[in-house]
Amino acid sequence: MSFLYALPGAVAEGLIWGLMAMGVYISYKILDIADLTVDGSICTGACVCAVMLGAGVPVWLCIIAAFIAGAASGVLTGLLHTALGIPSILAGILTQLILYSVNLCILGGKSLIAIDHRTNNLWVHMSRNPVSIAAMVVIIAVVIICLWMFFYTEVGLTLKSTGDNPDMSRAQGVNVKRNKVVGLAIANGIVALAGAMLAQYKGSANINDGRGAIVIALAAIFIGLSVSMKIKPNFVVSLIGVVGGGIIYYIVYNFVILMGLKTDYLKMLSAIIVAVFLAVPYLKGEYFPKHKKAAAEKNGGEVDA
Amino acid sequence: MLKITGLRKTFNPGTINAKTALDGLELHLKDGDFVTVIGGNGAGKSTLLNAIAGVWKPDEGKIEIDGVDVTAMPEYKRASFLGRVFQDPMKGTSPDMEIAENLAIASKRGIKRRFVRGVRKADRERFKELLTPLELGLENRLSAKVGLLSGGQRQALTLLMATMNRPKLLLLDEHTAALDPKTAAKVLELTDQIVSRNKLTTLMITHNMKDAIAHGNRLIMMHEGRIIIDVSGEEKQNLTVEQLLELFNRASGGGAVNDRMILG
Repeated sequence: MSFLYALPGAVAEGLIWGLMAMGVYISYKILDIADLTVDGSICTGACVCAVMLGAGVPVWLCIIAAFIAGAASGVLTGLLHTALGIPSILAGILTQLILYSVNLCILGGKSLIAIDHRTNNLWVHMSRNPVSIAAMVVIIAVVIICLWMFFYTEVGLTLKSTGDNPDMSRAQGVNVKRNKVVGLAIANGIVALAGAMLAQYKGSANINDGRGAIVIALAAIFIGLSVSMKIKPNFVVSLIGVVGGGIIYYIVYNFVILMGLKTDYLKMLSAIIVAVFLAVPYLKGEYFPKHKKAAAEKNGGEVDA
Repeated sequence: MLKITGLRKTFNPGTINAKTALDGLELHLKDGDFVTVIGGNGAGKSTLLNAIAGVWKPDEGKIEIDGVDVTAMPEYKRASFLGRVFQDPMKGTSPDMEIAENLAIASKRGIKRRFVRGVRKADRERFKELLTPLELGLENRLSAKVGLLSGGQRQALTLLMATMNRPKLLLLDEHTAALDPKTAAKVLELTDQIVSRNKLTTLMITHNMKDAIAHGNRLIMMHEGRIIIDVSGEEKQNLTVEQLLELFNRASGGGAVNDRMILG
């Protein structure tokens, strides 16, 4: 019974993390970059939103500002990687660390800023789950439509090929470096947008908000794609699947809390989920070779897990 | 069409592994030349093609394509002059994208890409017409992911993608070496058709001496980063593999002929 009571909250929070996971999907799956910037940029989104709300700025403007701040951090990672030749994973870590200082600065040196949901007209808040769910569904639908429109343009197609085959892309006159920067900007913009929604939902922005966010996002992606790839392996269905993965993740999360698991262990649980999804296709290929071809055909084989 | 002067490239300079891959190479190609390039492993054939394509910058020398100095131009910008097919069939196409999407990207090589739909209905019709002469049945599989195709199919598709926007220069880097003999022959036949139909200036590296003699109007052999044999016209047409080996022995000062060249 208490599980059903917790369900709307789990769905609302799952939708927020699903939105965030869509951003990570773009960097991890489309650009083929494990971008660790997101641990910082989700927090940047939350901080920007909370501080601007505190200054009396309307919610929609706070959200746009959060998106822009996130996109800027993506550009920074992209330039560290492409212009300065730093390996992408390290570029992400460096930006993440830079953002920790930046976020503290945004919060004015405090580690937490509260948002009052009674004085601010928030789009989402944990005290109003049905409204929050509706608002998140609308936002996610808008983001998916924008991404769908963009990624099927002449420019958008080259973003896909940049991650899929950089050699082919360059040979076809695609500026691979610029595309990586653009892709990381979009990805981190969406992540920061999710951060802004998360701050509203929780009613606060905390300097530690983003810790381990990438792992939650990857868990959502793997869970979601394991279902959606079986339905139809196209772009929009994958994005919807990723959002679904976020929801499933938070339902499971709430369930294990109610089962009595100490919250201290939850980050470990997230990491184990991701490790299992990454390991299963490898182990299948290694010890059950007949699965090897099928797994390879299914693009790395996460779907088999 | 292509003018290369004094091209020099040393890999790992100043180390024990220093290797001079191109040693003051000179090469002029006339418009419409179809040149086959042979030479042993490490002769600098692929290095030459990569230099033209702009994979890295040469230490010295100058590369001009159709009068434009491209020596310092980044790879993706040079692509507007070049069509490229790689040795590895996996390298020239995007596996997780549809056949139509791959062709759509190639159809914009050298043209500014816009924020309009990448694959339109008219494009699909055009792609079908382009794919039909390949006789691989790909015209009915426009929405299939390229990763599902065989190596030969992917190489044929790459060839089409490299030439659908007429390049000023077509670079073929042993593009049939990774295919089985039957498929290789088919792709080579296709190459001949496309090159002659579009009158493309072409540089084709091959390990197969017979192919090198049978195709194109000019043959060059490379050795230690330089061109040591350059025959064209009737002289090239009447060449035999034996004569070629003889020529090589003389030109390289009796240097060892490598096994793969003999077998080819």
